[in-house]
Amino acid sequence: MRRGPISRALEREDTLAFWLLAPTLVILTLFIAYPFARGVWLALSNATVGEPGHYIGFANFEKIFADSIFRTAAWNTIVYTAVTTVFKLALGLWLALLLNRHFRGKSWVRAFILLPFIIPTVLSTLAWKWMFDPTFSVFNWLFWKLHIINSRINWLGDPDLAMASIMAVNVWRGVPFYAISLLAGLQTINPDLHEAAAIDGANRWNRFWHVTWPLLLPVTMVVVLFSVIQTFADFQLVYVLTGGGPANATHLFATYAYQIGIGTGLLSEGAAISLAMFPALLLVVVFQLWYIRKVENR
Amino acid sequence: MGKFTRRKFLQASGAGLAGILATHQAPSFAQQASVHWIKWNDFVPASDELLRKQMLPEAMKALGAKITLETVNGNDLQPRVTSAIQSGTGPDVFMLFNNHPHIYGASAADVSDVAEAIGKAQGGYYNVAKANTQDGRKTLSVPWAVIGAEIAYRKSWFEEVGYPEFPKTWQEYHDAGKKLKAKGRPLGQTLGHTFGDAPTFSYPYLWSWGGKEVDEKGKVVLDSKETLESVKFMQAFWKDSFDEGGLAWDDTNNNRAFLSGTISATLNGASIYIETQRKPDQYQTEKGTRMRDDIRHSPLPRGPKGQFGFHLFQSHMVMGYSKNQKAAKEFLKWIHTPANYEKWFVSQKGYSTPPAAMWEKHKMWDEDPVMAPFKIAGKLGLSPGYAGPPNRKSAEVLTKYIITDMYAKAVQGMSPQEAVKWAAGEVQKIYSGA
Repeated sequence: MRRGPISRALEREDTLAFWLLAPTLVILTLFIAYPFARGVWLALSNATVGEPGHYIGFANFEKIFADSIFRTAAWNTIVYTAVTTVFKLALGLWLALLLNRHFRGKSWVRAFILLPFIIPTVLSTLAWKWMFDPTFSVFNWLFWKLHIINSRINWLGDPDLAMASIMAVNVWRGVPFYAISLLAGLQTINPDLHEAAAIDGANRWNRFWHVTWPLLLPVTMVVVLFSVIQTFADFQLVYVLTGGGPANATHLFATYAYQIGIGTGLLSEGAAISLAMFPALLLVVVFQLWYIRKVENR
Repeated sequence: MGKFTRRKFLQASGAGLAGILATHQAPSFAQQASVHWIKWNDFVPASDELLRKQMLPEAMKALGAKITLETVNGNDLQPRVTSAIQSGTGPDVFMLFNNHPHIYGASAADVSDVAEAIGKAQGGYYNVAKANTQDGRKTLSVPWAVIGAEIAYRKSWFEEVGYPEFPKTWQEYHDAGKKLKAKGRPLGQTLGHTFGDAPTFSYPYLWSWGGKEVDEKGKVVLDSKETLESVKFMQAFWKDSFDEGGLAWDDTNNNRAFLSGTISATLNGASIYIETQRKPDQYQTEKGTRMRDDIRHSPLPRGPKGQFGFHLFQSHMVMGYSKNQKAAKEFLKWIHTPANYEKWFVSQKGYSTPPAAMWEKHKMWDEDPVMAPFKIAGKLGLSPGYAGPPNRKSAEVLTKYIITDMYAKAVQGMSPQEAVKWAAGEVQKIYSGA
């Protein structure tokens, strides 16, 4: 049978590989590389809404580093990510270990655990907003009825409490992702290893620490990596709950970039704020990928 | 009717297509102009209903154009206009607040012809309307309305603490608020990041003490003795008299708090009172009487340097990217025709004050004395950026909530000196920038 030129070309491995990769490349270029390059250009220009602007070097970065609100947002982002990641990991792991046991209605419980993760963030956050409402908070009502408080708690109006509140919602939303991913990791661990360890006299803690944890570590690192990236660039939750207030106390990189770029129309400054996340995130990602490789090669 | 054969169809459609190709124009029915208008969700919902059900169908009939109305939360208008301008596509007519037209001036179609004719025919625009919509070269937007901001208060509660008349000065208001808060009926005010109630309080409060963002020549003068005094006073005032949840309020929270009987007074448009009129039996006082009969309105109290007001101003920008500018302008002309505008204005029941002087004489103002303070809101209000001319810089200070945050920081515990220094520094950065 004679083969056409296309078939012959596709028989070459490198040509076939190129064509198979092409759709991904196009998508990555269009939706990742182009917006990124455009963001870099904006950050180096003085573009404002409706005015294209021209190259001004690093002036925007000088301006934002001198901006006290930006420094607050940067610090908030780091604290927000660090604190919520620790809680999400601890609670997620605990939940995964519980779900890994055998009990009645296990699959139902697993499905329900995922609910916070499945509901669109804006919707669930609006529900939280009502629960934290300055006047009608259901928490305040409950605590008041239980005689725990005698004046209202200002959940979103006090800077520290507002930060704690948004962190709590983030943890609530993020735990299912950890739990389910770690559960998948737990199920790949061969039960024989646990049995062998038990026969050798290892107690429950020793079995976890010397068998489960080392084998779960690669999965954990990947989950943490994803979560850190997501949390660092979080937007919806803060935007809905506080809009960055009170008096900028809960701004994160993304919300402040949005306020400056989209709200105030200073596109170039907003782009510079978003881009300022990049080096920090890059460091975190490089470190984690290096660590994952190290763990896998052990 | 004769049979419509395949041959006839081909002949007709072929000729039609040839015609379109020859003239480079689709037939007129395919070209019906359309106008996409975006505005805020009105705090008087009946007015949006009137527009949708009655006025827009009338406009479509009169203008032969399709008109689509989209309403969004007021806080979402700025993000929407930014993305529309950047992508070069979106609504044809945008509602904008206060001095925001100056931010988007480069992307506005000149509406001088429309606005001038309306202003002239309706007794002349108020200064606040002119300042917010004209940049010296063109008219950026067509003035629509002023949402008068007055303090809505519970008359009987103020009487109980010894104020049969509403407090005239900040000191008196502080005193009344302290007594009210002690009875579990604090004053309510947002110092949050929200477009209306926050700046319409913080700016005139600052001005009444003699503090200003810039002087007449545009020099930043915020860091002054007067500003400092205003911040010092606010620290104690807030703690003694206000519901401290206000730091997290948006424009809707104080309405709910007032209507539920949690607060005794709040700076607001007339929407609280109008809501109690709409549902008189739903909103009741603790004595079981109608709340609407216990609500009165007052301007903000007087400070050492006078009494000031800043009222949310609204105008409509025809976007430069719009392919329907002509139809959009025709629509604005149509809706501002006194006979049409009057219907909308009356449906607002005084919540909106028109931007031109002619409307002060309208009979609607005589119907309800409780609404009378709103009649001249447009006449007395100033623009943010006072005492300088409104421009892009003052609009940036406004959208970054710097003046509001100065007070919010102080009531959260920052020293007044530091709060003023911080705000003055931020304002200086904006005014000295390119």
